[in-house]
Amino acid sequence: MLEILRPGVQTTVQDLGRHGLRHLGIAQSGALDAPALRLGNRLLGNTDDCAALEIVLGPVEIRFHRDGWLALTGADFSATLDGQPLWCGWRWPYRSGQCLRLNGTRHGMRAYLAVDGGIDVPQVLGARATDLKAGFGGHHGRALQAGDQLPQGSAANLARRLGAGHPAWTPAIRALPGPEYHEFSAAAQAALWSQPWTVSSHSNRMGYRLQGPELAREHGGELLSHGVLPGVVQVPPNGQPIVLLADAQTTGGYPRIACVIEADLWKLAQARPGSELQFLACDAATARAALRQQQAELKRLDWSMQYGH
Amino acid sequence: MENTLDHGEASFYLMGERAAIVHSMPPATLSCQRRIWWLADVLRTRQRYLDIVPGMNNLTVVFDPLGCDGDALLAELAGLWQQADSAVLEPRRVEIPVHYGGDAGPDLAEVSRHSGLSEDEVIATHSGTDYVVFFLGFQPGFAYMGGLPEQLATPRRAEPRLSVPAGSVGIGGSQTGIYPAASPGGWQLIGRSDTPLFDPQRAQPSLLLPGDSVRFVPQGAHHA
Repeated sequence: MLEILRPGVQTTVQDLGRHGLRHLGIAQSGALDAPALRLGNRLLGNTDDCAALEIVLGPVEIRFHRDGWLALTGADFSATLDGQPLWCGWRWPYRSGQCLRLNGTRHGMRAYLAVDGGIDVPQVLGARATDLKAGFGGHHGRALQAGDQLPQGSAANLARRLGAGHPAWTPAIRALPGPEYHEFSAAAQAALWSQPWTVSSHSNRMGYRLQGPELAREHGGELLSHGVLPGVVQVPPNGQPIVLLADAQTTGGYPRIACVIEADLWKLAQARPGSELQFLACDAATARAALRQQQAELKRLDWSMQYGH
Repeated sequence: MENTLDHGEASFYLMGERAAIVHSMPPATLSCQRRIWWLADVLRTRQRYLDIVPGMNNLTVVFDPLGCDGDALLAELAGLWQQADSAVLEPRRVEIPVHYGGDAGPDLAEVSRHSGLSEDEVIATHSGTDYVVFFLGFQPGFAYMGGLPEQLATPRRAEPRLSVPAGSVGIGGSQTGIYPAASPGGWQLIGRSDTPLFDPQRAQPSLLLPGDSVRFVPQGAHHA
């Protein structure tokens, strides 16, 4: 069992989210930095569908109530276990009664705490992810509060500390032109790829609002409501783009100027308000190659864990 | 744009690396939506796709980009669209009891003023019509319904409410619908229902599904 002593800005139970339910209006939810969640689970020998904690900024304090192993991934929050520093990207043993403190970060936005056996909250609609907007899943459908106690799955039989490389965050976000890309002015199309975009403070798990030159749409009328996905870049009438993320609603009506590739969505999750992003045009083949590369890195980790170094 | 197939009244294109879209040209019609439902049902039986999401006269199919070829899917969609008869399935009929007016429907007076009908006439008109669920979106179990009598169409509120209570029945432009959960919202609220529209613990969590025929049934006397 885990006990939350200090919850931080927004700590939620997340897994890889809900799939196959968008036609019922049910959002995906799940970790915004999915590669970080996967890495944490792999380090502990957990299955990919295990839930972990997504922690937005610090400081956060958590007490353990059994012996086991933890992994910290995502942003480096200068964590300590009873005062001893823990490296991000590694798995560490903990003992019952010990206190984990995540102090916070100067770079990145979200840390992931995975524990052996996963956070064992009940599955709702096929996932343990918290749907904050609809109020179900995770721990009672809400962000964690001081005093919350979370059940844990079975302890793992692990022997040694182990670390894995993280991909380095860069402000380059690869995207494909969206269905309405050609309805935007030539100036808007050029600005999308050439200008820096500042992350607005009104960004959250539903979407990242970006500030920059106004993107004007020249042709095309009002759109009928259509399905949208995490990664879709909508442009509302104010001309300032919004990149949809895991908690975004399932349908929308704004023109779609671009679609961020799945392999780069984690970079948005780790971009802080006020930081600048740059869109890079790419094609579907590049998007697939980037996904394949992420999978290959996880495979390599599995092999190195199985066969030693 | 590239990867677009054009078939006159419908087009087929990719969105990002993992979604394909069937898009029919406006204006939206019920007969086109029936083809969308038919197409969604057929694709579901093929069990190759991650999500199949009907919109208003369009369909979004989400696929695994490493396990499925987007261009082949576009060709599959175009082929099926040609076969799509708008075979009318026998719609499920769903009745939803509604308390109109008073605290439950604070904008009934505004809809009455805008339509030129009395409040009782607004209620009689709104509850005397069969609505069709076109698709779900916005929030879990939220049904976009067609069939609102033209005279009841009322613009959205200039200032959206920060919180609309769960079960609120509203009119937004030419659409009507019910909020399954409390949320911010800009529709004109004319009543409220106690019927649970979404329950994540149920095997079928949404009460309303695309294709359903919906009737609102006034409960008790309203207190304007």
